[in-house]
Amino acid sequence: MPSQVVVIGSKVGLHARPATLLIKACAAAGVPVTIGRVGETAVNAASMLSVLALGAKCGESVEITVGDGPDSTRVLNELVEIVQTDHDA
Amino acid sequence: MTQVFPTLTGIGVSPGIAIGPIRRVTRAEIAHAVPATAMQVFAALDSVATDLEKRSMTVALDVARDVLSAQAMIARDPALVEAIGARLPEPIEYPDVKPAIQDAFAGFKTALESLGGYFAERVADLDEIATRTIARLSGVEDEDLVLNQPSIIVAQDLTPADTAALDLNFAKALVVEKGGPTSHTAIVARGLGIPAVVGCAGVMGLAEGATVLVDGRDGSVILEPSPGEIDTRQTREGALRARAASVSGPGRLSDGTPVTLMANAGNAADAVAAALVGAEGIGLFRTELLFLDRETEPSVSEQIELYKSVFEAMVGHKVILRTLDAGSDKPVPFINAIAEENPALGVRGWRLTRTADEVLSRQLEAVGKAAALVQTEVWVMAPMINTATEAAHFAARARAAGIKRVGVMIETPAAAIGADKVLVEVDFASLGTNDLTQYVMAADRLDSRLSDLTSTWHPAVLRTIGMAANAAGTMAMPIGVCGESAANPQLAAVLIGLGVTSLSMAPSALAEVRGFLASVDRATCLRAALAVSNASSADEAKALAIEILGV
Repeated sequence: MPSQVVVIGSKVGLHARPATLLIKACAAAGVPVTIGRVGETAVNAASMLSVLALGAKCGESVEITVGDGPDSTRVLNELVEIVQTDHDA
Repeated sequence: MTQVFPTLTGIGVSPGIAIGPIRRVTRAEIAHAVPATAMQVFAALDSVATDLEKRSMTVALDVARDVLSAQAMIARDPALVEAIGARLPEPIEYPDVKPAIQDAFAGFKTALESLGGYFAERVADLDEIATRTIARLSGVEDEDLVLNQPSIIVAQDLTPADTAALDLNFAKALVVEKGGPTSHTAIVARGLGIPAVVGCAGVMGLAEGATVLVDGRDGSVILEPSPGEIDTRQTREGALRARAASVSGPGRLSDGTPVTLMANAGNAADAVAAALVGAEGIGLFRTELLFLDRETEPSVSEQIELYKSVFEAMVGHKVILRTLDAGSDKPVPFINAIAEENPALGVRGWRLTRTADEVLSRQLEAVGKAAALVQTEVWVMAPMINTATEAAHFAARARAAGIKRVGVMIETPAAAIGADKVLVEVDFASLGTNDLTQYVMAADRLDSRLSDLTSTWHPAVLRTIGMAANAAGTMAMPIGVCGESAANPQLAAVLIGLGVTSLSMAPSALAEVRGFLASVDRATCLRAALAVSNASSADEAKALAIEILGV
């Protein structure tokens, strides 16, 4: 299962618009995706409530893991891009 | 003998007068057991989500649409479905699924509440979804309110889903028991341009169909209003609207010279009031109010919410936020713990970085984050800056927090005399004339025995203001006045003559100042400024200003 650690780029952290974009992309991915702080229990990245409850802030590192599938690497790259972009800039 | 009916009072959040019959929006309380299988609960949750999605597509107001689509997303959340499933594991009909549903939602509510701010707002969404799901399962769901005549909508609170379902063509006014100036009800009413009163205790006690008058300006809700009462209020509203319309638009002198006219605010309600009188922004957002009666420091997320609520009332305009001005006459319990011999000359304003630096760090962090969330031009200034070193220190810290426009208050003789150096590192200046007057005159402005010495009309004070404005003018830098002096029409004109470019005052003073400035030209303001600076007393300065500028 491909995974990558990424630094959150949005000033507001992982909620509001950045979270919405992430959740929509995960729902469309067709494979399970998890997100969490390194070394902690990861949560379902397609769940708005779980992602919000992480309370991950700007500058924090999170690990994204994408379930195996033909498109896994492309999906991972897309999600990394969403998380590291500052959507409020 | 005429019967006297009670008047209820809440907070007026959208001005206007409406008279009509009450239509109450009530919510069914489901106290009985709700039997269902897990599959039925999932189906109910799914149909609630579908319903919310449908409403989000048909609702006309942007704010309601965003909330509804966020709610639909939550209702479809896999983690929520999983949490409910874990509490209803057997393939049987449970005698009552309410506790399982409420418990599943409660877990997420606790998690979100502990995060505060934006997250805590989502808690209301969770409540709404839980209530709707249980109602759907029990089959006693509230009918959407059908209006067949113009009505005054009365409710405990109106949720986005409620307002999306209302036929707002027949809604003449909204009155709710709960909520504040930035509640959903207030935003919807202003969007529709209908009167609204929020926080109106007891309004749900009024009978369905009873005639009420709603005054969205002062927050009155009058049962069975008399013809005289109706006439008085409609006349007053008409006059207020006419006056506001006659002096609308940006502030300017008779020759077209622009003067930015803004209002002072301490919270979202003030900012809303400012927007209603056509202020071109908030020229002084006092942030002390959040801190003053607190035993402990408000969290960063709590601060973000407050700042954001004020910024949101002024979207598309400017808000000048002043960092915490604790100390002197505004002590904050957890900061100003030590009794000072001479607090006006003590550790106050930006000087708090010496004793409570982390409080100011966290405030700047919160301001920077809140500013990033809104489409409002956020400018930030520090109070009690005396030297170029302090100004540079503040500017560097504020810019590091992501704040784009930084400035300083000029409220001490040192800052005014040395303005050419103090202002080098910043983008704008604001004269705090209340403190500047007390420091130039060395007279406590709270001591009534010295009141003759604490007038801003003293030529020494006016010359000091001129010195600072001159330094700013040389750098082509905006310099405003945010003290009480800006609210006096003649003094406002004198300040413009001295080189001030913007004025900020109480919202109630704005129309009068705007009207007066439109009657004088720049040359006259300059002449008045020169005359008052050369007067030998405050009384003489004032008399000269009236003679040159008129009344």
